[in-house]
Parts: sequence; structure tokens; C-alpha cells
Amino acid sequence: MVAVHSRLDRLASRTLGGHLLLALGAAVLLLLLSTQIGAYDNYNLTAVAIFAVAAAGLNLLTGLNGQLSLGHGALMAIGAYTASLLLKDHELPVVLVLLLSVLSTGLIGIVFGYAAARLRGPYLAGATLTLAVALPQVATRYKSIFGGESGLTVPPTTPPAWLGPDFPPERWLAWIAVAAAVVTFVLLANLLRSSAGRAFRAVRDNEAAAALAGIDVARTQVLAFVISAACAGLAGALFAYWSGVTAPAGFGVTLSLQLVTAIVIGGLGSLAGAVWGSLVLVFVPSLTSGMASTLNVPSAIANNLPLAIYGGILVIAMLVAPHGIQGTLTRILTIGRARWGHTPAGGQKGVVDWDDPASDP
Amino acid sequence: MKSLMDGSASRIRGIAIVCAAGLLAACGNPSSSNNTSGTNTASAPGITATTITIGSTQPLTGPAAPGYSEIAPASNAYFQYLNAHGGIFGRKITYQYLDDGYNPTNTASQTRKLILETKVFAMFSSLGTPTHLAVVDYINSEKVPDLFVSSGCNCWNDVSKYPNTFGWQPDYTIEGKILGQYITQSLSGKKVGYFYQNDEFGLDGVKGLDAQLGASSIASRQNYVPTNTNVGPQIAALQASGAQVVVSFTIPAFTALALLTAAKLGYHPIWVVSNVGSDITTLTGLLKAFSKGAAGGQLLGGMVTDAYLPLVGDSSNPWITLFKGIHDQYISTLPWDEAFKAAGRNPTRSSFVKSLESTKLSNGPALAPFGYSSSNHLGVLGVQVATIGADGTETTTGPVYTSSDSGPISQYGGSASSPPANGIP
Repeated sequence: MVAVHSRLDRLASRTLGGHLLLALGAAVLLLLLSTQIGAYDNYNLTAVAIFAVAAAGLNLLTGLNGQLSLGHGALMAIGAYTASLLLKDHELPVVLVLLLSVLSTGLIGIVFGYAAARLRGPYLAGATLTLAVALPQVATRYKSIFGGESGLTVPPTTPPAWLGPDFPPERWLAWIAVAAAVVTFVLLANLLRSSAGRAFRAVRDNEAAAALAGIDVARTQVLAFVISAACAGLAGALFAYWSGVTAPAGFGVTLSLQLVTAIVIGGLGSLAGAVWGSLVLVFVPSLTSGMASTLNVPSAIANNLPLAIYGGILVIAMLVAPHGIQGTLTRILTIGRARWGHTPAGGQKGVVDWDDPASDP
Repeated sequence: MKSLMDGSASRIRGIAIVCAAGLLAACGNPSSSNNTSGTNTASAPGITATTITIGSTQPLTGPAAPGYSEIAPASNAYFQYLNAHGGIFGRKITYQYLDDGYNPTNTASQTRKLILETKVFAMFSSLGTPTHLAVVDYINSEKVPDLFVSSGCNCWNDVSKYPNTFGWQPDYTIEGKILGQYITQSLSGKKVGYFYQNDEFGLDGVKGLDAQLGASSIASRQNYVPTNTNVGPQIAALQASGAQVVVSFTIPAFTALALLTAAKLGYHPIWVVSNVGSDITTLTGLLKAFSKGAAGGQLLGGMVTDAYLPLVGDSSNPWITLFKGIHDQYISTLPWDEAFKAAGRNPTRSSFVKSLESTKLSNGPALAPFGYSSSNHLGVLGVQVATIGADGTETTTGPVYTSSDSGPISQYGGSASSPPANGIP
């Protein structure tokens, strides 16, 4: 028994160490990158980091715990409004604002998590969709607090003095967002390797079997929802800084669906998939948005073309890569290993099971 | 699909706004007139020896697209017209307008794209009150000129907070006051109700109306948000209050929804609609589309509105003749390469803003003068009330009135100006 325990401990510490090392490497690389690129690229890098945080949280819930949420945009709104209200009359340090936003969204996540744990399949999707539709209206109803349709403006974060007077604010915000994303990913990656992570998957795969194995299904689902909501809250608070305005129209059903799009395109159930999905979410619209004023076609077509192209790309992506970008990459790697490298344990050389669900990170 | 050459008022507006910008260039700044000689240099971000790049955010899709999505392409047509006639000091204009879907969050990211990536010289004619409020702080912190915001919110007239931002159309408070005056004079004794967009657009209009009509005399005040298209409860409440006149500060889609809902309920008040929500071509199209052909322009008969530009149907107005000519020649090909004249040959962002404050502009196509000065960034200062007949034609009535947010209403005595030859300032 003792031997087993110490082996597990060693494994855990190795996992944590490995994740930390990987995260540190990624953080250094991204910070170096941010010094080499322009202000607008930094602005986009920030957006990718924000969506990655939200999508990773959603992927934990949907991809790993099997609960589909169409209401994560509303949870982001809670984080964003928490941050905006805190910053309305006070100058607060960014870290404090982010932590309080995570806390408030997490608390609200507990309430919704309990409701969600009682619902399955389309009923859960419907209930979370209601959240996405209804919550932004609260901001419109209580105009004096939440600023109505015009929303609340958020003062930009000013870089600290030691970075020099000419340090671009976009780069500073990118650093904050990247740091937040890296911390989130380390925590999530460790969680997924823990017993909690295994419980999430067990509940996703078969609730009855999980319950028989001694897992409290409802509690596991609530926990997944709360962690997921906390990620959405963090993303929402960062979103408020990034956008400079927190308005209900920014957190409509579209945002919730965009997040689902991100994890499906990126790869369900994997943290890397959340990053891929966020890259698609940020860069494809950015590439097409200038078309309306530069293409020599009638305005009725040109005005709608960016949206049509975006939709087309999503359809093609689903046809070409039904398991998402990460799923496809994993498969290419598997094929490569099967054909040219060492045979993975249990696998047969040259044989790839395409129907096997994407392997977890 | 709407014809591209139907002469919709929004297209006229798109061209008129550029025309005003061109006039600015023509008049120039007396102190910088000595700078008009010499060679073109890359004097500011967005300006090269041969081009000027300007940017704009527009609702090309989304709830405000009907009626407004054609403004930017029409402006583009006039830029093309200027380009084809030599541009501005030989520089061609690039007008880069991006879709924000009337969503402030999108406006925030698109504006950063224009300023940080495209590196536009100035923001030009960005549309919408809630949308532009999201970025006005940012644009001013970047010291980018922010010209002719297509919104009548008086938020743009704040010289100390937003030194680079200039309004364009009459602010909604002035418009509300002049419409309110018309109601007290021509529709006196009738019960009045309001239907307005629940943001600075509607609330500013209500402020002006209340100043004229008295806040306590209003039978019912109903509002909407553009993200919720069900206006049934609000219209039913207006009907229940017995309002015989409904003043509507609405974007076109919601004017159409209100008219259709009222018709369904058998409620037929006299509609008094803000200029931004009363374009006949747009409304007729929307009424037909929303009712699947069951209703159309006949619902517009008897509507009261106001105008700050000459009416589209006024073929005797030389500006309209000019605009229609530009439309016919350019709009169908939708050119993109365009020019924009700046004050002086090699302006900087700050000298451009200064010249806008110090140059006495002629009215251009507008019915009333502009308010620009170093202490005032209001656009057109007044409007003329207009009515829509049963046959769908719009006729102006009474004189042009001007006002300010707190001052009295006065009759404008000046005469309309004529366009320069060929429309090239």
C-alpha cells in the first residue's frame, strides 16, 4: 500500500512539475512574442487568451463532463459586469478585480449548477439557453445600475511605471490575459489528472456506472459547472478590460454559441482544443471584416459577405475535421507513430481506429 | 432587394455628410492656406503623398441595418466622385468601413482594428449612439479626429472631454424641441404619448419634447431596446392610455414594427417620428417585409417628421440633382478607392481638428448651419418639420427652426446654399 501511495505521489508531482514547466515555457514564449508584434496583434492575442480561458472552462463542462451549456456567454457577462461595476467608481488592482469576478461568477455558478445537475440533454441545453437570452435583459431593465443598452465603460489598465512611459497599453493587457490564461490552464490540466477529473469523465461516460463506483454524480456535475463558470467569469472580466465597454448586446446568444463553436471546432474534451478554437474565433472574422468596403460588388452582398464566409469556413471545418482541430492533429500523430514510430501500447502497427474518441490531454 | 438607385434618403445622407467634409477642405484654414503650395508629404498617420485613409464603423448587418446599411456605400460613392475628379491635393481617399452590427462590443474591436492596424487618419461618420459611446473615450485618448458622428446624441458636444469628436446631425434634444413645438402649435388639445429607444438616442429626444410639452401632460411613455423585437405590450399601453399623438424616437426597423403592431390593434394615432426613423423608402420596404406583403407605404400617410437635409423628392433642389447624378454614375459599381480633402496640403491630426473649429463652414446641403467652433462641436443646428401625404410623398412645412439644448427655438433666416460646380469643392 505504502509503495502504491508513494508512486502515486511521485506521479502527481511529476505531472504538476511537467505542467508548470510547459506553462512557464509557453508564458515566456508568448511574452517574447508580444514584444515583437504590433498593437493590434497584441489586442488580438489578448482576445485569443480570453476566449481560450472561457472555452477551456466550457470544454471541461461539455467535453469532459458531458453537460452542454448554451449559456456561457451569460456567465461571461456576470464576470464582465462584476469587473465593470467594481471599476465604476474605484481604481482597483487588476488581480483583485479578476479574483472578485471569478468569485462572483463561481457563486452564481453554484446556483445554476444545482439546477443544471437535475437536467439532461436538450433540457439542459434549453435551460442554459434561457440564461443566455434572459440575463442580458437584466442589464437593460436596471438601467441606473448596469447602464442599459449603452452599457458601462471600463477604464483601460495602465501599464506600471517601471515598464517605462512608452509601454503600449495593448501589450500590457496582453500580458495580463496571457498570464491569466496560463494560470487557468495549469490549474485545469492538474484538475483533469486528479481524481476529480477522472470523476468528471466517469460521469460523462455512464452516470449509473459512475454512481456504482461511488462517485456522487450530482456533486460532480455541480463542481464541473462551478469551475466552468469561474473560468467564464475570469474571461468576462478580462473581456471588459479588453473591450472597454460592457453592454448587453456583447453578451447575447451569439457569444454563447461562439464558445460552443470554439470547442467543437477546436476539439471537444481537450484543453489544446480550446486554444485552437479561440484562434479561429478571433482571426477568421478579423480577416474577413474589411471586405465590405473593399470588394467591388453591390453593397447588399458585400455587407453580408464576412458573415457568410465565416459560416462557410465553420461548415467546411466540420466536414474536414469532425473531431475538431485537436482531434485531427492527434490522429495525424497517431497515424505517424503507427506507421513509422514505435507502436503505442495495445495498438497494432499500421492500424488507426478513426472512431476512437479524441484522446484526452 | 432594394434598388441601388432608389434615391433613399439614407443614401442622400451618406453623400451629404461627405460633401460637408469636402467643403471643409475647400474652405481651408486661413492660417494654413500658405501650406497649400508645395509637395505632398506623409504628414500624419493615414496620410501618404498619394492617399488618405479614413475609417468608419457601420451597422451593415443587424437590427439597424435596414435604412442605415446603405449610408457608407453612398458616402463611398461620393469619395469615388472626388477621386475621379483629382482627389484632395492629388491624394486619393480610401474609405474603410467595418460592420459592427449595431453592437457596442463589436464597435470597440472594429474601431481598434481601424486605428491600430489600418492606421486611419480619422474616424469618419461612424454610426449609432450606443455603439459610438463605446469608443469615444478610446478614439480621443488616441487623439484621432472623430468627424461627423452619425448620431444626434448631444454626448458628442463635449469639447473638454472629447476635443477630437464632432457631431453631424441635429442633436435629438433640439429635434425633440422643434417637434414638440409643432405639436403644441398644430396638434394642440390632443393627448400625447411617447415611444422611444431606451438609450441616449431616445432619452435625449424625450428631454427636448418634455421641455416643450411639459412632462406631466404626457399620457404614456413606452420604450424598447433594439435587441427585443416584440413591441406589442408597449403599443397596447399607448392605445390604452388614449394617446392621439405618438411621438416616436425609433430606428427604422422599430418605426415599422410600431406601425404594424398599432395597425393590428386597430390603433391609429398621428405618428410624429424622429428624422432617423422616418425614411419613406426604408419604411415601405420594411413594412412590406415584416407583414409579408400585407401592408406597405399606406401606413405612412399622415405621419409627421422633420428634415435637416433637402428632401429626396425635391428635384428642384440643386444638391439633390447633384447627389442623384453621383448615385447614377457611381453607386452601382461600388467603388472603393476614394479621396478626402483635408485642411491644408499636409495636415496633422491636431491641425485638422483646429481647422474644423476655426473655419466658418457654409451650410452645404444642410438646411441649417453647423455649430462647429472651439467651444461647440454640435453638427447641424436645426430642422424643418415635414409631413408624409397619403400618396407617400414628403412635404416640408413651416420655416427651418434652430435651437440649442437649453436655449429658445428661433426661426432660421439664412438662405440655402448652392453646390459648387460639379460638386467638387
